[in-house]
Amino acid sequence: MSIEVKHLSFSYGDRPVLHDISFQVEKGEFLSILGPNGVGKSTLFRCVLGLLSGYTGQVLVDGIDSRSYSVREAAKHIAYIPQSCRPIFNYSVFDIVLMGRTSGLSTFRSPKKKDAESCLWAMDKVGISHLADRCFHRLSGGEQQLVLIARALVQNAPILMLDEPTANLDFGNQLLVLEQARNLAREGYTVIQTTHHPEQSYMYSDRILAIQKGRVLTEGTPEQVLTEDTMRALYGVDVNVVSLYNDNARICIPTHIIA
Amino acid sequence: MNEIEKKHRRTVLIMGVALIVCILASFLLGRYPVPFGELLGILGSKLGLPIGKFWTDQMEAAVWNIRLPRVIMSVLVGACLASAGASYQGVFQNPMASPDILGASAGAGFGAALAILLGASSVGITIGAFAASLVTVALVFTVSRHARGDRVLGLVLAGIMVSSLFQSGTSFLKLVADPNNQLPQITYWLMGSLSGAKWSDLGFVLLPVLIGLIPLLLMRWQLNVITMGDDEARAMGVNAPRVRLGIVICSTLVTASAVSVSGMIGWVGLVIPHMMRRLVGSDYRFLMPASMLGGGIFLLIVDNVSRNATTSGIPIGILTAFIGAPFFLWLITGKGDHYEH
Repeated sequence: MSIEVKHLSFSYGDRPVLHDISFQVEKGEFLSILGPNGVGKSTLFRCVLGLLSGYTGQVLVDGIDSRSYSVREAAKHIAYIPQSCRPIFNYSVFDIVLMGRTSGLSTFRSPKKKDAESCLWAMDKVGISHLADRCFHRLSGGEQQLVLIARALVQNAPILMLDEPTANLDFGNQLLVLEQARNLAREGYTVIQTTHHPEQSYMYSDRILAIQKGRVLTEGTPEQVLTEDTMRALYGVDVNVVSLYNDNARICIPTHIIA
Repeated sequence: MNEIEKKHRRTVLIMGVALIVCILASFLLGRYPVPFGELLGILGSKLGLPIGKFWTDQMEAAVWNIRLPRVIMSVLVGACLASAGASYQGVFQNPMASPDILGASAGAGFGAALAILLGASSVGITIGAFAASLVTVALVFTVSRHARGDRVLGLVLAGIMVSSLFQSGTSFLKLVADPNNQLPQITYWLMGSLSGAKWSDLGFVLLPVLIGLIPLLLMRWQLNVITMGDDEARAMGVNAPRVRLGIVICSTLVTASAVSVSGMIGWVGLVIPHMMRRLVGSDYRFLMPASMLGGGIFLLIVDNVSRNATTSGIPIGILTAFIGAPFFLWLITGKGDHYEH
């Protein structure tokens, strides 16, 4: 399922945050939204996800304005994987995953057997079946992130949105989660993440959208976006971009290190 | 359904059985002794079974007119307060929330005091308490709509302020009340007691109680999702503000019903949900029915103590505080959360 953002602008009161943002993500694509803090990345993310609705322009999900969906219908199209989740009460991993089934239930119903089966499938898929009965609070950040991915999968939504999924993770878990995200895109999910890591975006995603001061700075393949010029314009730093392994990876080295 | 869910379901079933046992035992307790066989005979004949009368009229009056309404009332009030507490804790994502967080109790107290001052009958007092309770919560809602910033926090703060206002109002009414008969009556009502429970009270509150409890029971899965926060709930297809409003209305209705007949009974709504979390975990699929049953059992036992242990009958509100506060201290200083794997 594709998602298309057309001329999206948003203001908090009279403070404009986003200006005329347009981009498109196709089915099976993994898009990274890259940009420094405070440029409207999160706002854009929330607009696309439907958590903010006071924007001008359109977010088209498979050609239909997402604002025309009810909350329940929207959840059947887009699933949200938050950066972290601190439930106020203790829930087991299985319970958390099961909550992903809610959009398929009427208001007065609780999950049934087939919902539980779906959870077993999703937990197996992301490799956390052994954690099912554990307390969510007690898991590591990486494990929690995988639980939230499993919860999004049982929602049966074709679009997955990850909000800085690697922000709280150690290095190993960052790669684990990114690999999961990329695999899901290969399977046909449309995957969007916000991130602070240009190098990881380069290695794992199909396209990168670079946002600066509420506008699209540039958008394209990782090769087009991860350049010295873009990094300077985006973050205001001078880096040397070094290509490695037949350009399968690029690293950014601050020029003052090698000067 | 995995093993843990089966275990929790079994626990809820056992609690249901325990409640029935407690109810039967409560009929046998009292200053006027009624043997078990006679008790079953009376209950059976009232249910329409063809049983020849082998009990005395006094036994029938004690069981049917005095103990039964009081027992049902204890169970209902306990179930209402505990389930409202569990619901408020969920929708406000605040483990310290209790049924009176939105001012329902303070309003009921004011309404009852005003009704007593105006010389109302006992039904009049119940109606006054119920109406004032709903008015108070409506006022809290109206005020919170104008609160800047976080809506949920605004609601809770408005609840605290309006509660305080109505408590002052009650204090004023106590000041102007006739110290010979009205003041003791107000004071006694505020302490909370089920000693005057009658069929008429029961008839008055039964409908609002059921209108509140049934949706709370049905919406318990949505309540789980709301505890994740509004954004996540929305992304999972739950319109959190709307569901929260529905749950708050139901919780308010059952709280207002309960306090209007029982007066102020503290601690049940805070302590029982936490006690039940230890038993069946945080999942509201089990926590909600467990809270209802647990609240019923708890208040029934405490009321039995209240009416049998002392000749004068200590008001139940005082006993629940005596039991609830130390228990809560034990709970928070105990071996941490129950669900540590």
